[in-house]
Amino acid sequence: MEHAEVQKHVKIYISVFVALAALTVITVAVSYLHLPFKQAVLAALAIAGLKGSLVAGFFMHLLSEKQIIFSVLALTFIFLLAVLLLPVISV
Amino acid sequence: MSALIRYISKPHPLTGVTNAKLGTWCFLASEMMLFGGLFSAYVLLRAGSTAWPRGSELLNVPLATLNTLILITSSVTMVMSWASLIMKQEKGTGTSKVPGTFSFYMGSTILLGLAFLVVKAFEYGSKFSHHHFPGTDIFYGIYFTLTGLHGLHVIGGILLNTYFLFPGSRLWQTEPEQFTGRIECAGLYWHFVDLVWIFLFPVLYLL
Amino acid sequence: MKHDSHPLPFWRKYIFSTDHKVIGVQYAVTGLVFLLFGFALMMLMRWQLAYPGKPFPEWIAKMFSDQQMISGIMLPEFYNQLGAMHGTIMIFLGVVPLAVGGFGNYILPLQIGAPDMAFPKLNMMSYWSYFLGGVTMFASFFVPGGAAQSGWTSYPPLADIATVGQTVWLFGMVFLITSSLLGSVNFIVTTVQLRADGMSFFRLPFFVWAQFVTSFLLLLAFPPLEAAAVLQLMDRLAGTSFFLPSGLVVAGKVLERSGGGSPLLWQHLFWFLAHPEVYVLILPAMGIVAEVLACNTRKPIYGYKGMVYSVVFLGFMSFIVWAHHMFLTSMGTVMSSFFQITTMIISIPSVIILTALVLSLWGGSIRFNTPMLFAIAFLPMFGMGGLTGLPLGLAAADIHLHDTYYVIGHFHYVVAPGTIFALFAGIYHWFPKVTGRKMSEFLGKLHFWPSFILMNGIFFPMLLMGLAGVSRRLWDPTQYAHALPTQPLNVLMSFCAWGMALAQVPFILNFFGSIFFGKKVNENPWEATTLEWSAPSPPPHGNFENPPVVYREPYEYSVPGQKHDFWPQGMKEEN
Repeated sequence: MEHAEVQKHVKIYISVFVALAALTVITVAVSYLHLPFKQAVLAALAIAGLKGSLVAGFFMHLLSEKQIIFSVLALTFIFLLAVLLLPVISV
Repeated sequence: MSALIRYISKPHPLTGVTNAKLGTWCFLASEMMLFGGLFSAYVLLRAGSTAWPRGSELLNVPLATLNTLILITSSVTMVMSWASLIMKQEKGTGTSKVPGTFSFYMGSTILLGLAFLVVKAFEYGSKFSHHHFPGTDIFYGIYFTLTGLHGLHVIGGILLNTYFLFPGSRLWQTEPEQFTGRIECAGLYWHFVDLVWIFLFPVLYLL
Repeated sequence: MKHDSHPLPFWRKYIFSTDHKVIGVQYAVTGLVFLLFGFALMMLMRWQLAYPGKPFPEWIAKMFSDQQMISGIMLPEFYNQLGAMHGTIMIFLGVVPLAVGGFGNYILPLQIGAPDMAFPKLNMMSYWSYFLGGVTMFASFFVPGGAAQSGWTSYPPLADIATVGQTVWLFGMVFLITSSLLGSVNFIVTTVQLRADGMSFFRLPFFVWAQFVTSFLLLLAFPPLEAAAVLQLMDRLAGTSFFLPSGLVVAGKVLERSGGGSPLLWQHLFWFLAHPEVYVLILPAMGIVAEVLACNTRKPIYGYKGMVYSVVFLGFMSFIVWAHHMFLTSMGTVMSSFFQITTMIISIPSVIILTALVLSLWGGSIRFNTPMLFAIAFLPMFGMGGLTGLPLGLAAADIHLHDTYYVIGHFHYVVAPGTIFALFAGIYHWFPKVTGRKMSEFLGKLHFWPSFILMNGIFFPMLLMGLAGVSRRLWDPTQYAHALPTQPLNVLMSFCAWGMALAQVPFILNFFGSIFFGKKVNENPWEATTLEWSAPSPPPHGNFENPPVVYREPYEYSVPGQKHDFWPQGMKEEN
């Protein structure tokens, strides 16, 4: 990686940090609104998903990752979906 | 012996990754399945329960918010410790001692991890003093299990990072590229622990 | 390649070794010992089943304590321990370590032309974690109340309130899961990163493909079981009630727990692992059989690419069939239908692989040596195991057959005369690579024929008993009237089982004897094509004199225009 590129990355890391902190505050604030349960779940998971994507995309630099890593993760996500759907099956 | 094995410090020309990086992602894939299984257990138990309490009524949201911020900050310092190695490596001065910026950022990551555990200990302590134990009810059971297992992962990460801050950093003098790769992998793990917490926090404390 | 020539001390070279070959042998030998141990547990059970409530011969009864046998009569609690531990030991400590840890470790790096596994130290830790798990499981027999007795499936709520042996079992499982995870990461990275130049994915021997898919199953299916094990440990140690429903009554008293949990949750998490685990047991066996068949028919495997696609599809599907073990848990017809359909679909790739293997025999000039006999026997035996599985996969038929001896017969046909025969084939096939000596053909055949006949004598009657409705896990089946007519079959099965033990004597003699007295052979005694046979026997540290280069597909036997009937993958010129 080029030196200048890393410098650019460092700036990105700081912005991501600010975004994550802001989202944390937002998710706590939303919880004080006492939304109906379904909407509260959706809001909380959407914010958590966004935060998670930021961490994975920038800190774990998944956005610039190689094909092979994506293949492993794609496979994992399919099975993760299967395991997360497990409660649906048992109801 | 290890000299025989290829792609330890240089990436494979076709896959574009080193062995360690692929291995770390495979390990994280299995960790995702572990926490996925536990999340799914949580949903199943909650769906089957008649009266599930709201986390914010029983748990300390301000402390958990503080802990979220601590972990996010530690993720930034972790990625900075890796970036500081890359910058030194580019300048070609990486053959002597491990850069001071690396030690600073890595040390901060470890201290922030410890801070997370201290806050967690206060939280647990206050629960115990109110006679709330894992066996109290199913909510506390899953709360202590999930946060406890996550706490174990934090402890593991702190031990790993401490190794790389002190004895493990000697590798920098001989194999700077390999050492940078190791820090990248340690970082991947640490960010993953952060990522799990990002989901645990709303699920347990807010909903 | 001289940089590592300084001699290592004994304990670094053979005990805490990081060489994949030493670790492979450690895995294989430990696995074989556990197979024998698990077999011994079963032979004890077979006495109780053949002669319920009759005292054991005195020389056997002497070996057991009052908690296990009283005046030579086996206690029901001990019978349950034997059943649970037989399953656990055979699967997690015997077959998988031998098939994946043993053969995978030794053969896979050689077949792809790698000097070692990608992470040699992790590899060593994987073995020692497995070893610790084995010691833990073995030690659980000696804790108060004995070993785990809730079946290898450890269903709660029974397992939650069982004696302390269950806790030890869970800790043992944590070690074994850790070992599998370390191993599978290693296998995946090695296969992706360390293939020799020219070794494209479609030039990989089928054995490597089987191990590769198996590794993904281990990597992604075990963690949910680990999650379940953590929850059960919490239930047992921290007083939680994840698997305990409210108001559970045990021995006439309401259990003093908060309740609110779900016993079904365990079943889901457990079978999410345990169904892929079935394929972990069978895929390496298919890989071994493919290698042995190709070499001993002197022709390429029929439909190699189709087999590769099938094995990948098989691995994929194995994750979405788990609830066919749970048809009787009132999960509703929609879900039953879904899992019954996926179960029927998963039989398609299995049949493709089996058919391709059978067709590989057609037109070959077959050498009936011992590995080939075991490999050929695998085909109908695995076929039996597969076909008897179909009625179990159909929800309606499963209502009658669930938890009967039919189930036991079915999965033993897959694993015992199926996988274990394939493992024997592999041992006879690769023994010359590991030791530089061949095993005796005479003793090999003396091992094969009685084993083949007696295996069927043990497991075929189980299918009949199951159809008659006899339940599994019964200490004394004769307390039910409907089990009385099939009781003579139990006596027959027990005698076959004890005969089976005798039939292993030639193998044990052959195995140890051939290490010292076997016929010395060159590096390629079977005239095979895959890369491991171009390395010296036994391969030195680092495996190959020069990094191998691969020029062609894995099974180039009897290529027209070649002087010899085999054309090794690593040979540049004509052969």
